[in-house]
Amino acid sequence: MLGKTLKGFLLVWLLSGCQPAEDKLVITGSSTISPLMAELAEQFEAQSGIQVDVQSGGSGRGISDARQGLADFGMVSRALKTDEQDLTAHLIGRDGIAMIVNAANPVTALSNAEIVAIYTGEQQNWSSLGGNDAAITVVHKADGRSTQELFLAHFGLNNDQVQPDMVIGENQQGIKAVANDVNAIGYVSIGTAIYEADAGAPLRLLPLSGVPATLESVDQGRYPLSRELNLVSQGELSETASQLLDFMTDPDRAATYHDYYFLPVSR
Amino acid sequence: MITTSSRFHADSLLSWLLRLTGAAAVLVLGGIVAVLLIQSAPFLVEHGSALWRNDWQPGQARYGMAAMIAGSVLVSVLALVIAGPLAVLLAAWLRYFAPLIRRPVLALVELMAGIPSVVYGLWGMLVLVPWINQWAPPGASWLAASLVLALMILPLALLVTDTALGQLPARYLQAGQALSLSRVGMLRRVLLPQAGPAIVSGLVLQFGRALGETMAVLMVAGNVVQWPTSLFDPVRTLTANIALEMAYATGDHRVALFVSGLLLLLVTAVLLMLSWRLRGERHEMA
Repeated sequence: MLGKTLKGFLLVWLLSGCQPAEDKLVITGSSTISPLMAELAEQFEAQSGIQVDVQSGGSGRGISDARQGLADFGMVSRALKTDEQDLTAHLIGRDGIAMIVNAANPVTALSNAEIVAIYTGEQQNWSSLGGNDAAITVVHKADGRSTQELFLAHFGLNNDQVQPDMVIGENQQGIKAVANDVNAIGYVSIGTAIYEADAGAPLRLLPLSGVPATLESVDQGRYPLSRELNLVSQGELSETASQLLDFMTDPDRAATYHDYYFLPVSR
Repeated sequence: MITTSSRFHADSLLSWLLRLTGAAAVLVLGGIVAVLLIQSAPFLVEHGSALWRNDWQPGQARYGMAAMIAGSVLVSVLALVIAGPLAVLLAAWLRYFAPLIRRPVLALVELMAGIPSVVYGLWGMLVLVPWINQWAPPGASWLAASLVLALMILPLALLVTDTALGQLPARYLQAGQALSLSRVGMLRRVLLPQAGPAIVSGLVLQFGRALGETMAVLMVAGNVVQWPTSLFDPVRTLTANIALEMAYATGDHRVALFVSGLLLLLVTAVLLMLSWRLRGERHEMA
């Protein structure tokens, strides 16, 4: 029994070693994208038999690996900068953040300055913002989450300036916190917020700088608190590489994007 | 003769099997400690002296853990203060004042002990936190975490106390009745003091369990790194910190989380030794 299993393993190992080099894709980069990429790569492998190796290490690594030809694609969770135009960016999806308050909160819009004042503890009561006379419950995300980084960068804050009343991990926990507390304000991935609000959670998504927090405005690139999710490559794409790209942007993959709270690009 | 020899064979086989599993348990524990120590060593050399500060900002390489150690201990102490006396009183009442309902109640309590901690956490998040929020926002707080933990450790604390009382020699009770002592007096002067060390050592183990609980606390404690100034302030425990940040931590930040695991192990070891000492004293008395 044991011998048989061992022989089986050996066979698989030998066979996988025998695969021709062009039947393997290497993708490295952004830790934001890599969980989604790993899942899609697995689906792609099952369908096409082409092996895909996904390694995270940050968008910077994605750029440099694609440049040096160490990876077929680099994962980069932002738009390419002006000095990176030697690479080609393939937009695979978007990631955005929605500011959320409870549906029973009369406040319908906040300026960027007001949001900064709330999160730094300068503004601790809803009354002067057009709301009820009640203390604001500030819901913030834990360190290291990409949502938190994007939020802090957008509002020009350092994490030690933020005075939270509650620190959460998963998006779902943020949804529950705001849905259960009339005076809470929080931010979560925009895909999750829209999905939960549609499913009946008592949430209101606040517009940012006058742009409504909807899938359309994110899709059009108008929504300010969002970023592109790119696969970057150098030179001509190999046939297997463009096969993978087609697979990833297929509308059938939308559910997988949703599982990771990202928005697929519309075609 | 044949039966004894075959029994001897089975016995020696069992004894070796037990030795093997015992050794495996020791090796696994030793392995965990070794991995934690090896992973933490370089970090401890560099940041060890700053661990006792309060500011936890891993993004800026500030790894103060004092507030979170305090959070862990405060949350567990309050949980024990709530659940401990309740468990002792309930167990004594069931055994000596309401023996008829003791069995069914204990069965219910055993069921309670089997409920996964996440379920307690979910209840805390959806019921307890909004309720506290109504009169002392934000709701997710030291108090909420301790109440959820108290509910979690109450069943086992009660069962341990019940067992401790059950192990007292029947002659104590008979002698007390012969002297026509009141039931309350007998409980207060004889039975509880006699079972005391066993009860306390059981409670210490429950304290260790409260200290190690992660998900339920994470869901209701608010997780703000600070020394609480009131029961209604949010706190973050070491375990919640590991669960919140481990998946996204790299480099020194990740190692810092290993160090907090090491600290927890240290506290638990001290508690365990305390529990052993208490039980040892009881054996000497008996």
